[in-house]
Amino acid sequence: MTEADVKVVYKRPIGLTDLVTHYCPGCTHGVAHRLIAEVLEEMGELNNTIGVAPVGCAVFAYNYLDFDFVEAAHGRAPAMATGIKRTLPHKTVFTYQGDGDLASMGMGEIVAAASRGEQITVIFINNTNYGMTGGQMAPTTLPGQKTSSSPLGRDVETQGYPIRTAELLATLDGAAFVARRTLHDARGIRMAKRAIRTAFEVQKQGLGFSMVELLSICPTNWGLNTTNARQWLAEHMLPYYPVGDFKVSTAVSEMKIGGN
Amino acid sequence: MALELIKGNTAVAEAAMRAGLVSYFGYPITPQTELLEHLSARMPELGRAFVQAESELGAINMVYGAACTGLRTMTSSSSPGVSLMQEGISYISGTELPAVIVDVVRGGPGLGNIAPSQADYTQIVHGGGHGEYHLIVLAPASVQEAVDLTGMAFDLAEKYRMVVCLLLDGFLGQMMEPVVMPDFQPVRTTPPEWAVGSPDSKERVVLTSINIDPPNQEQFNVKMMTRWEEVEKNEVRYKGYYLDDAEYVVIGYGTAGRIALTAVRAAREQGHKIGLLRPISLSPFPTRAVDELADRVKGFLVVEMSNGQMLDDVVSIAARRVPVDFYGRMGGMVPYPDEIANAIIEMIQGEHDVNADGRAKWLAKMRELVGTGE
Ligand SMILES: Cc1ncc(C[n+]2csc(CCOP(=O)(O)OP(=O)(O)O)c2C)c(N)n1
Ligand code: SF4
Ligand SMILES: [Mg+2]
Repeated sequence: MTEADVKVVYKRPIGLTDLVTHYCPGCTHGVAHRLIAEVLEEMGELNNTIGVAPVGCAVFAYNYLDFDFVEAAHGRAPAMATGIKRTLPHKTVFTYQGDGDLASMGMGEIVAAASRGEQITVIFINNTNYGMTGGQMAPTTLPGQKTSSSPLGRDVETQGYPIRTAELLATLDGAAFVARRTLHDARGIRMAKRAIRTAFEVQKQGLGFSMVELLSICPTNWGLNTTNARQWLAEHMLPYYPVGDFKVSTAVSEMKIGGN
Repeated sequence: MALELIKGNTAVAEAAMRAGLVSYFGYPITPQTELLEHLSARMPELGRAFVQAESELGAINMVYGAACTGLRTMTSSSSPGVSLMQEGISYISGTELPAVIVDVVRGGPGLGNIAPSQADYTQIVHGGGHGEYHLIVLAPASVQEAVDLTGMAFDLAEKYRMVVCLLLDGFLGQMMEPVVMPDFQPVRTTPPEWAVGSPDSKERVVLTSINIDPPNQEQFNVKMMTRWEEVEKNEVRYKGYYLDDAEYVVIGYGTAGRIALTAVRAAREQGHKIGLLRPISLSPFPTRAVDELADRVKGFLVVEMSNGQMLDDVVSIAARRVPVDFYGRMGGMVPYPDEIANAIIEMIQGEHDVNADGRAKWLAKMRELVGTGE
């Protein structure tokens, strides 16, 4: 082959370290990491970004995402990101949070940050359970879904209903861009990347709070192989958690994304 | 230097600004609120960050984030709010970050009341959060001292990369006194090398309190404790009054120490050889000073606006060499100098039994004096 025949179609983004992740095989946390790294690289923001890692399976996100990072207490990432962003307003600051972290423990912090119009970006991984602690029920667990702490299936009479976080945050005036995407198939992943790009652009242009909820699989705690887990997501999560843009402020709808 | 008449809370807020405060995060709670209110106007005026957080949990975690940039940051609250902050204080300590916390203590437990108290000693000095860590704790007894210690708090926080707590009570927070305010210090706005967002760090910076391998965590804790030994060596602060010829010594800090001084002076006028030791750094505690006094005086009287939280520390240092009497008021009650003067006389005329339980004696008296309400 001559050099001209070789075309790189796929490589590790420079924002990712070359470590093997601790995520279970097939887990979409890794996909979400990659999308973030690609977007920040494309935006030329890698050296200008500070990430806030959650408590959850992504607690070691900073081992894989290769830029400045801090590690928050469970649920408090939006508050910590606020402290950083208010101190260093020219930095790109984002949180990466699971559904237990964001929608249970940290619901106060995320609602407050969104309503303040905090100029941060939130990447929210909805996998309908507490992955790290062994698959307990989360606020996002679907009605009837069995988890290690709802062994008979979530009974909405006693255990309540799932929270649609994107829809909820979209009601807040401070939120400029709130979207939900899915990571269960290639098309969904491409759409997810575009939404993540938009979310970071919103921050870069100072238009307000931005969040992308990403429907994710947790094959280990769902007790499914990767293929079946993706299918389960499509069949059970998508109807309850539809993909879409739930908040696009006027300024965001008029926003121009450079280089795209 | 011009003297200005300023309320304690406002004075501390202004002193923090002048010490180069870059960001403040807080939540309203009496008797601390003037501090937050002052900064809500002043910080934006000077282009600095002010956020009224959604809760004390939010506030302390905003401080956690801001502290990761290495730039001067602070929060303030009062007892119930500080209880909520304990999670964050442990995390900030476990990440070796500099931050300043002001606790304007009020009566408790629970919602309690908004009157002055010193009942946060245990949760602040002996750590209310999880894990092994220490705070540097500074306790002023006047508005001027509060102002002076505010600047020092930031310097110490940075020097040791630790949380420094300025422990006030509702009395000091609310009281107006003439003070000389310090000059404005230059404000550092570029993160230092070890912090996130620093232009000077050679590699990317990751700041975390996680140490997933126990041997690493233990090693880290040894490092932290070694640093604490340094703090104990260098940063003990207290004030002695009439100690040279003292036969008996009253020990009290903050407002209680200040009221005790009035009582000590009155006893001196009656010819009693009484001195006062007023700890300024409650942590590190003036252990050596108390230890040396225990070798040469006939008795201690600890005075606090609590149930004797510092008392336990003094008792353990005295190690039954001298009797340790106690006089305290609780729940937002402030002792009058007369009450302390009576306790001094009782100490002098007492049994001098080194094995006597000072707190039990006091509690028996309190049952007589105020009852149990049952
Ligand atoms: C204060 C506190 N409570 C509980 C925990 C235990 N804990 C660790 S991770 C976790 C749940 C994480 O679930 P989620 O946010 O959904 O993340 P995932 O692992 O699913 O990605 C919990 C409860 C903790 N670390 N801190
Ligand atoms: S437990 Fe679930 S969320 Fe966690 S790494 Fe494994 S598959 Fe992913
Ligand atoms: Mg989860």
